[in-house]
Amino acid sequence: MFIAAICAILVTMVLVLIRALLGPSVWNCILAINSFGTLTVLLIAAHGFLMERPEFLDIALVYALISYIGTIAVLKFFEYGDLGPAKRAPLDEESN
Amino acid sequence: MIEALIDEAILGLMLVIAIGVLYWRNLFAAAMLTSIYSLLAAALFVVMDAVDVAFTEAAVGAGISIILTLGTLALTCGEQKPRPVFVLGPFLLVLLTGAVLIYGTLDMPDYGDALAPIHSHVAPRYLEESRGEVGPPNVVTSVLASYRGYDTLGETVVIFTAGIGVFALLGHGRRRGKVVAKEEV
Repeated sequence: MFIAAICAILVTMVLVLIRALLGPSVWNCILAINSFGTLTVLLIAAHGFLMERPEFLDIALVYALISYIGTIAVLKFFEYGDLGPAKRAPLDEESN
Repeated sequence: MIEALIDEAILGLMLVIAIGVLYWRNLFAAAMLTSIYSLLAAALFVVMDAVDVAFTEAAVGAGISIILTLGTLALTCGEQKPRPVFVLGPFLLVLLTGAVLIYGTLDMPDYGDALAPIHSHVAPRYLEESRGEVGPPNVVTSVLASYRGYDTLGETVVIFTAGIGVFALLGHGRRRGKVVAKEEV
């Protein structure tokens, strides 16, 4: 059963990658890459259960956290145009 | 067998992603693809049971390096300059380097070979004697902290120096600029 799940995840990875490479716009690429991170987490989790070492599930959780950090960086990049200081006052800067 | 299949599938995906990084002219998409490449490499390390290496790869490759790359993109331009016409010299150089690297792997022992030098040189002694010689129940701790103590000290010094350098370059200047801006207001 886990073998079937892993095969399905790998096939989905290929499909997502096709969209990332051929996607007409950059946004397709970003969305595809976001899904790809989730698929990697799923792959590690399923592989852990296949090898009967489900304690590796912790690693999959840490990967999910790490790709979340990446997503936050990307969103900040598009919201502000840089990754500048954490505390910022956009209104003050605009009024100056 | 299924494990080898997973290995090959992940390696194939990594190859496709590497080509994709070269293909995308938009540097933002290329940066995101390199993050996926690191995540897949980390997954490959997990499949190979090298969990500590996988942690490092995921934290550095997929976590921090994407943030540093985005910071660089914010300071510079997001589009690659038009490609130059095909140049023969660098292409041959890359081919030659790749051939030399592949030639270097020919002498290496097979993957998982129990008789490989790395398993027969000092590893048996570490496994059998470290409990009495050093003490900690975890062999990796004994190797890092005692058998290769100077090596670990050197690594720590390098990382510490790099941290001081980055702080001197980035953190200090920005803070001073912020204070000046407040005084002007």
